[in-house]
Amino acid sequence: MRIDHFNHPHNPAPEPAPRAGSDDRAPMSPELAGPVQLQGVQAQALNTSRNRLIVTGALLALAFTVIAGRLVELALSQDARPKFAARISETPKPPKVRANIADRNGILLATSLPTAALYANPNHVLDARLAAKRLHKVLPELDEAALAKKLSGKSTFVWLHRNLTPDRQFKVNALGVPGLYFQGMERRVYPHGALAAHVLGVTDIDGNGLSGVEKQFDGQLTGGDSAFGLSLDIRVQAMFRDALLRQQNRFSAIGAVGVLMDVSNGEVVALVSLPDFDPNNPVSAAGDAGFNRATKGVYEMGSTFKLFTAAMALDSGVSKITSRFDATKPIRIHGFTISDYHAEKRWLTVTEILVHSSNIGAAKMAMKVGTARQKNYLRSFGLTRAAGIELPEVGTPLTPDRWRDINTMTIAYGHGIAVSPLQLTAAVAALVNGGYRVRPTIIKGAAPQSGDRVLKAGTSEKMRRLMRMVVTQGTGRKADAEGFLLGGKTGTADKPGRRGYSGRRVISSFVAVFPFDAPRYAILALFDEPKGLKETFGYATGGWVAAPVVKAVVQRLSPLLGLRPRAKAVAVSGAGRGKKRRAAN
Amino acid sequence: MNTYSRTNLSLLGGWWLSLDRWNIAALIALAAVGAVLGMAASPPVAEHLGKDTFYFAQRHIIFLPIALAGLLAVSALKPQGVRILALAVFAGALGFMALTLVTGAEIKGATRWVSIAGFSLQPSEFVKPSFAVLSAWLFARWRLGDNFTGYALAIGLYVLVVLLLLAQPDVGMTILVSIIWGTQFFLAGLPMLLVIAIGVLFLAGGVFAYFQFAHVQARIDMFLDPSGEEAYQVARSLEAFRGGGIFGVGPGEGHVKEVLPDAHADFIFAVAGEEFGLLMTLMVVALFAFIVLRGFIRVFRDQDLFTQLAVAGLLVQFGLQAIINMASTLNLMPTKGMTLPFISYGGSSMFALALGMGMVLALTRDSRVPGRPR
Repeated sequence: MRIDHFNHPHNPAPEPAPRAGSDDRAPMSPELAGPVQLQGVQAQALNTSRNRLIVTGALLALAFTVIAGRLVELALSQDARPKFAARISETPKPPKVRANIADRNGILLATSLPTAALYANPNHVLDARLAAKRLHKVLPELDEAALAKKLSGKSTFVWLHRNLTPDRQFKVNALGVPGLYFQGMERRVYPHGALAAHVLGVTDIDGNGLSGVEKQFDGQLTGGDSAFGLSLDIRVQAMFRDALLRQQNRFSAIGAVGVLMDVSNGEVVALVSLPDFDPNNPVSAAGDAGFNRATKGVYEMGSTFKLFTAAMALDSGVSKITSRFDATKPIRIHGFTISDYHAEKRWLTVTEILVHSSNIGAAKMAMKVGTARQKNYLRSFGLTRAAGIELPEVGTPLTPDRWRDINTMTIAYGHGIAVSPLQLTAAVAALVNGGYRVRPTIIKGAAPQSGDRVLKAGTSEKMRRLMRMVVTQGTGRKADAEGFLLGGKTGTADKPGRRGYSGRRVISSFVAVFPFDAPRYAILALFDEPKGLKETFGYATGGWVAAPVVKAVVQRLSPLLGLRPRAKAVAVSGAGRGKKRRAAN
Repeated sequence: MNTYSRTNLSLLGGWWLSLDRWNIAALIALAAVGAVLGMAASPPVAEHLGKDTFYFAQRHIIFLPIALAGLLAVSALKPQGVRILALAVFAGALGFMALTLVTGAEIKGATRWVSIAGFSLQPSEFVKPSFAVLSAWLFARWRLGDNFTGYALAIGLYVLVVLLLLAQPDVGMTILVSIIWGTQFFLAGLPMLLVIAIGVLFLAGGVFAYFQFAHVQARIDMFLDPSGEEAYQVARSLEAFRGGGIFGVGPGEGHVKEVLPDAHADFIFAVAGEEFGLLMTLMVVALFAFIVLRGFIRVFRDQDLFTQLAVAGLLVQFGLQAIINMASTLNLMPTKGMTLPFISYGGSSMFALALGMGMVLALTRDSRVPGRPR
């Protein structure tokens, strides 16, 4: 009977429509002729259905209520977070502040300027071509076509410009182009350009130190607020660099080094390595320009090492300043020949060995000192281990694997051992400062020196006088700056080539202290592969190339260092009779 | 024999008087809100997709009257007509769904659309209302009839629909259809023990979907641990509601539509919240609640089990779709791509909803008014 329900939908209940809970009277309907049983089923079904409709409806009502409640909650919430729209226009603060670097007088060497980096979310850019056109007007260095391509890309982030000045940022912002955003950045600026490039080093685009002080003290510089004080004097640095650069060009040298160091505390007042680079443009630090010859490069120094040989011979007592050594003929050993450039072919005193720079004499002296003592002295001078300066670019000295007699002899005149120019300067400082070990430092007022004695005070005094005589009478005459009482030693070393030593490629240097009677500073000038000139008679030795630079630099910078020239040079009498006449100042 | 004609003015008048006119008013109000929001929300999306600024807004406004006309036309049907229409639509939609598996274009990782005369149609949208009506009829027959296998048929039909939906795959639609069907089964007097069993089965199905479908997993993971692109969308959506406050920032002044790729569809409620504020969003919730609950109250008084089941199924579909959409944008549940009925952009969805609500109107016409077709 119920099958025709499909064909004849009908309302089985009489009107009025029943209320909930009153379904059980449905079977009374007169128009339903069906069995009572079926009426019961219908009523029961509707009863169940209505009860469960209430449950379903209540659940839906509950869901709507929850949604309404959530809407009220959100609309009335005072959210601490900035709104999205506000965040778009906000200029974030620079992520971190990198501390300034200053020289010993507080002159700014490196600082950070706030800049804005411009980026885009191409998804937010409405019209890429129009945006590119307008951006190009404000930032002409950006290519319009490339901009349009970037802005219409599918990514959600693309850098457009990494360094905008506040003025340019304002102009870009004023364009009102949606989808462009700024990120606060810092740009490292080096006001003195290349002047102290190798000491300062560079940072990457995110402000992480990559080399020099920037790398060595990255942690202290990051987030530091006070200036970081170096021992450099940027005025001295500028003069020194200038003089070196001119001489380097004049002698067509491939590189040059200059070091000026306080002999009492090892503070480096000037440290020049040429060629150099502009740290404002870190890309220029690539290749040879980025190589710090003063600290990272190690070279066979040649005759300047005779100072150490003489010092250890005198200090150990194996020789007095008047002792004589046979330099009549070259030494032949293990198939090598040790000969002199300016051969005197006679017996020479210690003074004469230095003044005439005799290899034979130095070798003989060293043999008298002995291999073991030579090694000990060199170690105490700090020449066998890497210099302890606060820079990441530090070269490790090259020393013989097996230290035989031949090594002892060649090391006596600076071959068969390679050290950095900085090490050499520090070791010379120790020779003359009364005999105390010097640990070079780039920081003003750094940790005090150890005070370890490496030479007797008397030996140190003898060394000062010997060095003075080299300048007054020997190979270093071109360095004799009148009134400044320099004492020094020249060095000219053949550079090892692919097939042994070549005579043409040399390292020419001059190391000096001044004033010799009460030394304040040690100074080194070194040139890599200078070529002889007509006016130097083809010579490119330390005496011809480096000594004049040291003279010029000392003359120019002594006033800055508070040193006055004295009226008359102090004459030093002949070899070590202690007869010295000192002019009244 | 046609006992009902549009030329018969008295019959037409009778039809109009028998309709639930409050419900129609509420639906038209929703459609109006949708038209306004579509204008506000869709231009940035259209421009981003390289279309005309008002591409979506125009199409939405063209679709609306067509859908409303269809709704009113369907509302004139007798229950018998509703069943026949449902059967025809169901058969057609099922056929097209099978077709999508073979020829359908893949959009956002699923093949759900077929192209008919230049229109992209999503046949599964039409399965929802027609399946609700058919299963209501089968359940009613099973409950009231003797020896009729409506029960088994209803289950068979459900399995068929679910298999086709999962093949696309469309997990969201599967869940929705399952809930509608489950509700109808529940209303039709499913024993409580089985109610619990089916509840457990749904739960197991959900867990299965979580492990089987990567995007389902991603969305639920995101809800549990917000981060990434979708969390970004929900976070922007919440900011929009907060930013809108009570009165909103003003029409066209919002920002969320520039950020969300689905601002004109799945996230249109956030645009409403930002630009028109709490007053508008509460009104929208009230309209949905009014339509659904009023329908429930009306059908509660009805004496016909089929009518009760069919109307309840259709209203659950309508209401649940709204609830899921709004709850998603409010971060009350994992995001589920579901349109806000009559407000979101989407042709298939709108026409299918018009069909469903037309059937609701047809089935809830007042019998006491003279002219009710008998």
